[in-house]
Amino acid sequence: MNLRRQALLIAAFGIVYAVATAFAENSYYQLIMTVVPVWAVMGLAWNVLSGYSGLVSFGHAAFFGLGAYSLALAQIHWGLSPWLGIPLAGMVGALAGLVVGFPTFRLRGHYFALAMLAYPLALLYVFEWLGYQELTLPMQRQAPLAYMQFEDHRIYAWLALALMLGAMVLTGLIERSRFGMSLLAIKQDEAAAEAAGIRTLAWKLRAITLSGAMAGTIGGFYAVVLLVVTPPAVFGMLVSAQALIVAMFGGVGTLWGPVIGAVILVPLSELLHAKLGNVIPGIQGVVYGIAIVAVILLAPEGVFWKVKDLMLRRRVGKNLDQPQSAGPASAVVAELPLCKKGGDGAVVLEVRNVSKAFGGLQAVRDVSMKVVSGEILGIIGPNGAGKTTFFNLLNGFIRPDQGQILLEGRDIVGARPYEICAAGVGRTFQVVRPFRRMTVLENVVVGAYVHAASDREARANAEAALARVGLDRDAQLLAGSLSNKQLRLLELARALAGRPKVLLLDETLAGLGGGEVEEVIALVRKLAARGVTIVIIEHTMQAMVRLVDRFVVLNDGAVLAEGQPADITRNPAVIDAYLGKRWRVANA
Amino acid sequence: MTAAQLLENFLQALTAGLLTGAIYGLMCVGLSVIFGVMRVINFAQGDFMMLGMYVAYYAFGLFGAHAVFGTAMDPYIAALLAGPVIFVAGVIVHKLLVSRVTGIRGSALESEGHYAQLILTLGVALILQNGGLYVFGSTPVSIATPLSSSAWALGPLYRDATVFVNQGQAVAAVIAVVAVLGFVLFMARSRLGKSLRAAADNAEAAIYMGIDVDRAHCLAFGFGVGMTAIGGGLLASGGPFQPYVGLEYVIVMYAGVVLGGLGSVSGAFFGGLTIGLVQQLSTLFLPNQLQNTAIFVVFLVIVLLRPQGLFGRAARRT
Repeated sequence: MNLRRQALLIAAFGIVYAVATAFAENSYYQLIMTVVPVWAVMGLAWNVLSGYSGLVSFGHAAFFGLGAYSLALAQIHWGLSPWLGIPLAGMVGALAGLVVGFPTFRLRGHYFALAMLAYPLALLYVFEWLGYQELTLPMQRQAPLAYMQFEDHRIYAWLALALMLGAMVLTGLIERSRFGMSLLAIKQDEAAAEAAGIRTLAWKLRAITLSGAMAGTIGGFYAVVLLVVTPPAVFGMLVSAQALIVAMFGGVGTLWGPVIGAVILVPLSELLHAKLGNVIPGIQGVVYGIAIVAVILLAPEGVFWKVKDLMLRRRVGKNLDQPQSAGPASAVVAELPLCKKGGDGAVVLEVRNVSKAFGGLQAVRDVSMKVVSGEILGIIGPNGAGKTTFFNLLNGFIRPDQGQILLEGRDIVGARPYEICAAGVGRTFQVVRPFRRMTVLENVVVGAYVHAASDREARANAEAALARVGLDRDAQLLAGSLSNKQLRLLELARALAGRPKVLLLDETLAGLGGGEVEEVIALVRKLAARGVTIVIIEHTMQAMVRLVDRFVVLNDGAVLAEGQPADITRNPAVIDAYLGKRWRVANA
Repeated sequence: MTAAQLLENFLQALTAGLLTGAIYGLMCVGLSVIFGVMRVINFAQGDFMMLGMYVAYYAFGLFGAHAVFGTAMDPYIAALLAGPVIFVAGVIVHKLLVSRVTGIRGSALESEGHYAQLILTLGVALILQNGGLYVFGSTPVSIATPLSSSAWALGPLYRDATVFVNQGQAVAAVIAVVAVLGFVLFMARSRLGKSLRAAADNAEAAIYMGIDVDRAHCLAFGFGVGMTAIGGGLLASGGPFQPYVGLEYVIVMYAGVVLGGLGSVSGAFFGGLTIGLVQQLSTLFLPNQLQNTAIFVVFLVIVLLRPQGLFGRAARRT
């Protein structure tokens, strides 16, 4: 959906909702019209964090409740008007998000979800203990408007609508910016995102701060609407669950999802509650429970995506997902500005006495080497020689026990992977790690952010990088639908888009057919000729001999030999440890 | 406060902590079986526990004035009955719902599969607690037992410090410990227990060895909620409860399980025991209302300080 169409749709939806509200005569329908946007905003708040970054929060009630209580307490004790109280509630929510996020982002997966659950429940008891079992906002008969107290309850619905439209626009802006793309990349593969130069912790903190602000704001507004605040009503499990459920039901990772979820589920549960509430207490909870179970079983991606899928399928038929064949990889080598022209023989990367042990296993022992600008250095060795561990040390995934790693003379030991990427070390993975739910272009754009001042520049760099590897015709395909060779090229493009000085290629030729190997070798050579220094791990000795300028042979974590291909292939120690006797016979 | 009074309060809290802790331990064992075998976070565990409490409550009502097993033992027999009943309920829920997002198929979904399980069990929890409101009513109920209103007096131990041990709680704690020991033996010795452990260790390899992993998961889910339900039944004679009681215990259980190391059955028991101690000892210097907050804080501290240490598989893979 393009920007203008999205904006028009939001505006049209707002107008329809505002008009519908005008016709809501009785106060009960007016309340429903007010509550729908409230939960939609809660869903949108949840979506900003959990929908885009994939870290599922069970604790958004913490932000909602703190927002509601700060507004109520500020009005009761300081006479603060809700017009200021709601922004205050948002700020409290943002602060709470930051305070919660900082320690909790150390956790992943289940642990994160469970820890988030504990925050609102702990707060619930604290507020009861503080004696705030029930706070009532005082009526302000002298200046009702100044205290957001309206005779006409439709005004609350319109205010709620305004907040919801604001949240939708905010989400739309996030979605198409570096912010949203970075979160999506984190969701799909956090380590790969970090290696591609994404500051994962910083983006997650921004997301939870914003998410907390949205939840706090709407919590404050909710207090104004209901006039009474109790701990179970604002910190209770159902608050967190409703936020999650409207978002998951409608569709995660889109601004329409939570709105669709709220528009369907909130009136349904409210009406059932009104009709059957005294016969079946707890019907609301049952409705939400059934809704979420049904969604998980029938349409785990949510209503929005399900409908969109169906519409797309009808419109395009079957030929949409057919991957087009990639052109010859070396066909186009577009111009891409590089950080620095290489080939001057300067040492780019120097490793000094680096060691790493995992428990009793010495994976890398006392390795030293120099990588010269513009060269292609091949690292070979038998399985378990420590090759990939060595790459993980170089790009900051793991920290060496001892030793130094100097990038252009600067020690990068202890730097985070994204810092090392920004400093000029790009990498690919032995087992490819694309962001599968993103298009080829989006994948590469994520890699381009690290050296792009604007989103536009990132896109331009990404397109140039795609052209370089010959994937430009496949830019709009989903990464999950690519062939092995295309995935290898995609990772290469993603690393190139960050304009690396040194490119670490981890078995880039693995699993490629004979002709494909030749194409990729030609491409790597071209990259090197344009000044990118390349370190490549590979098993295919035949291919490597033709590709690299120099070899380092690792065995048992240590450097066994180092030198020109011709010397290495004749070195008896290398033949014994790695190449084997058949090599000796065949090449004697 | 004199030294003797301080000592008395401390010993009293310690005793209460050990007794409730033993029951928490049993509940944690149930949760940890499910996690250990299926790698599923069951959000609805607390609500199955709540169901166990009500099963015990109604079974006790059935025994009623007849005192089928003697007035003293009735509540405990009722609690044990909750085990098989909830086992069956668990197997049904697993077959109908949980199995669709777990097992080999679920683990193939990687992290997204895990979230599907987590959120599915959240839905089950909402249905159980709110459905429970309709079926059981919102008025708190309790099981009155003659033992729970009598206590053994230990002491005077030091000067005139005397510790009272509630007889009802003591019997419940002993039953809980016996149940845990029985289950540990079952897992270690029996053929079925071994197949469960094999499925837990490596589901794929277990399939190649001819173990029906789907059946193992189903049984593990049943055993897990059944064990926890017995714990709930034992707690039911300790005080009033209502359909929303499960939620508080979800955190209690997860705190214990995480403390003991996710997936370790014996660890879960000692984790639960520790949580019971934390809860009771916190009353020495915190107001009663903050008992649960103390547990949540301990839980957060555990997960934050030992994020991966207690859970090998969550270790960051690059």
